[in-house]
Amino acid sequence: MPAFVLHVNGTAKSVTVSDPDEPLLYVLRNKLRLTGPKFGCGLAQCGACTVLIDGATARSCTLPVSAAAGRKITTIEGLGTPEKPHPVQAAFIAEQAAQCGYCANGMVMAVVALLESKRNPSPEEVKAALADNLCRCGTHRRILRAAMRAATSA
Amino acid sequence: MSAELTRREFLLSGGALVVGLALPESAAAQRASGTEASIAKTLDSGEVDAFLAVRADGTVVVYCGKVDLGQGLRVAVPQMAAEELGVALERILLVEGDTALTPDQGPTGGSTGITRGGVQVRQAAATARVALLRTAAERMGKAAGELEIVDGMARPKSGGAGIAIGELVRDGRFDLKLDPKAKLKDPAHYTIVGKPLPRPDVPGKVTGRHVYIQDLVVEGMLHARVIRPPSVGAKLVEVDENSLKSIPGARIVRRESFLAVVADDEWDAIRAAGALKPRWSESASLIGQSAVRSWMRAGPFDGEEFLVRKGDAKQTLGAAAKRLAAEYYWPMQSHASMGPSCAVADVRDGKATVWSASQATHRFRETCARLLGLAPAAVRVIYVDGSGCYGMNGHDDAAADAALISAVVQRPVRVQWTREDEHGWDPKGPPQLLALEGTLDASGGIAAWRTEMWLPKATANLPNMPLLGPAAAGIGQPVGITTGLISQNGNPPYAAANVEVLVHWLKDSPLRPSNIRAPGKVANGFAVESFTDELAAEAKRDGLEFRLAGLTDPRGIEVLKRTAKLIDWQSRPAPGPGGVGRGIAYLHYKNNETYVATAIEAEVDRVSGMIRVRRVACAHDCGLVINPDALRQQIEGCILQTLSRTLHEEVAFDRMRVTSVDWKSYPILTFPEVPEIAIELIDRPAEPPLGAGEAATTTVAAALANAVFDACGVRLRTVPFTRERVKAAAA
Repeated sequence: MPAFVLHVNGTAKSVTVSDPDEPLLYVLRNKLRLTGPKFGCGLAQCGACTVLIDGATARSCTLPVSAAAGRKITTIEGLGTPEKPHPVQAAFIAEQAAQCGYCANGMVMAVVALLESKRNPSPEEVKAALADNLCRCGTHRRILRAAMRAATSA
Repeated sequence: MSAELTRREFLLSGGALVVGLALPESAAAQRASGTEASIAKTLDSGEVDAFLAVRADGTVVVYCGKVDLGQGLRVAVPQMAAEELGVALERILLVEGDTALTPDQGPTGGSTGITRGGVQVRQAAATARVALLRTAAERMGKAAGELEIVDGMARPKSGGAGIAIGELVRDGRFDLKLDPKAKLKDPAHYTIVGKPLPRPDVPGKVTGRHVYIQDLVVEGMLHARVIRPPSVGAKLVEVDENSLKSIPGARIVRRESFLAVVADDEWDAIRAAGALKPRWSESASLIGQSAVRSWMRAGPFDGEEFLVRKGDAKQTLGAAAKRLAAEYYWPMQSHASMGPSCAVADVRDGKATVWSASQATHRFRETCARLLGLAPAAVRVIYVDGSGCYGMNGHDDAAADAALISAVVQRPVRVQWTREDEHGWDPKGPPQLLALEGTLDASGGIAAWRTEMWLPKATANLPNMPLLGPAAAGIGQPVGITTGLISQNGNPPYAAANVEVLVHWLKDSPLRPSNIRAPGKVANGFAVESFTDELAAEAKRDGLEFRLAGLTDPRGIEVLKRTAKLIDWQSRPAPGPGGVGRGIAYLHYKNNETYVATAIEAEVDRVSGMIRVRRVACAHDCGLVINPDALRQQIEGCILQTLSRTLHEEVAFDRMRVTSVDWKSYPILTFPEVPEIAIELIDRPAEPPLGAGEAATTTVAAALANAVFDACGVRLRTVPFTRERVKAAAA
């Protein structure tokens, strides 16, 4: 069975899979028990499964684990904890920017990636950066506020 | 207290901050201690002990049959309990929707979480407070009236030493009937209710630590995928198990046309589902999307019903010199949850434990017992958060799937639906067709109004919606359909001497229906408040002024006036000079609950057909406000989700199957479309707290349609307002 070394949240992890095309999402969730990234569509359409690979957002539901091996993977668990949240997560908490929260993983990861590449985005730029991240509960306004709060507090 | 719950169990039940890795252990612990025999706690909602347990350390366990589906009950219900008991919010532990622990307070739907569920908990807490004060008074040799409970201490109002409430209820039990007349705290003295306190689950949700049903791991569980038929009603002819040979541990579970694969590993289960080559016998059993409107007019029907008959609307309309008539249509829509439905079930040794995101764990327990042939007492259903559902999505179906498979394989089983499953097979919001007629009197008011509705009729006393798994497996189920209360608010809320509301009840619905947020009222509000605007335009009167002139209820008048102020309403008849338009709409939810008005400012590009919603304003009066921030969030959600439903959403299907099975074919609102939102809450501490999960959805579509008309003179009467539809109407 194929084995890969994944560099996840600063630690090298060895995983064995029966299929090298297994999407990274399932490896993270089931083999490494990192359940922050969510299964939303399996089609790279909604963003719930977003992780960072070498600092850029990636849809882990369609990315084969073989393609992620050897690269720097960051999941939402690697950012912060409820007790010690990352500044973007702290902004989401301050704005109470989650209802059901199922999309929150993708929202947080997309905002983190945006702010790494652009320190002071305009509200329109934040909207554009999140255009492919879907939210069904209607938390968009708070997510936008959280992104702007994180941008100004960074 | 006889029910021994560990901290972990609370965390699981309450969905608070749980470290993912601790969960398998936690779930196993819950199973180990979760047998019915070990739990002697009463579930009788006539008893205080059903709702509350005070532990020796002064923490208070609140048992709530209503669950937090993302709408904030997880903070609001504890706020109500903490306030009424006199303990700090941090001392409350909430257990939600566990059939072994929580009383049956009915499904979490119809915007009843606070107004029924929370109010019941509050009354139990008020009863408990009276009992605690009585016991404390006896111990202290004082009159109960001289004491108060503050921060968990019963103490003299005049000051001095007190007794911790944990010491007043040594065995944790009250053994006390819930007193519906127990005096409630005076809202003037509230210190917890009315505060915008943060929701306890948000930190876990934004750090990836919150445990959803999709994340739940039960020791020894198998992963399953159900293979839904390629068309509705198709029968499984044969399936070749050899097709799974190359996939380790994968096997088929089949019962008649119910087909699933299981494997130890989730990806192996997914691969197995893809590798199977079942043969189905298919038939074209559906009417197809393009035929829905004509089908609704044609029937078959199950009777008709006058919901309102006042004066003689028909005669007045018949005699009128000028009469307006218009037809409105709301299509079938999906709950379109972000996460496809999921459930875990462990059915062994004549017992079943099911972990589900069901909005109705108690009801599902009965359903599950029926389909497994078990006594309800042998089934425990435990609520675990899922992706937001806004009504009955596929959660119960997935739970039934998991239970059926687990019963066969004799192992715990996790069933995860695919995106195609969720969009294709979740029960759909039913279609609604409304024909309205109206005429004006000499002073430009409403002289007569008729609403005719064509609606699928919910089956009376249906124990549960027929579920997919049992239907495919040939297991008998109660026959019928469920829709929620879809005929409310078909009447104008304005003064009119002659009003008639008639509903033609359809026997069925084109796809399996269920309740979806603000059932029916989202469409009825669209029709009634759009048509009100049509009458106002006919009278050449300003839409706001026309509404206010017909209203006498001061709470209704206030939400309208405040909404208008929020959006800087300029009085004039519609349509306006062009460019940016504004529209307003008002609704008194279910005619006796929350008051809401919404105003929208929008631009319309006649060439592209694109509607750009610039600003939304909403004033909202749901009586006593429990948590203003959680309330605002519900209103924001109502507005944005309904904009999505209004602008984009319609389930597409042909004679065989649903064809809108992903986010490309069933688009929803995206960030670039999100408008500014201004909300004003009207808090009425002396009034009962009313629901807020649905009311603000009902005015959105009409406010937008009215804004579009104001902007360009085009009246949109069919949802969704797609570019093609706007272009065609504007041509």
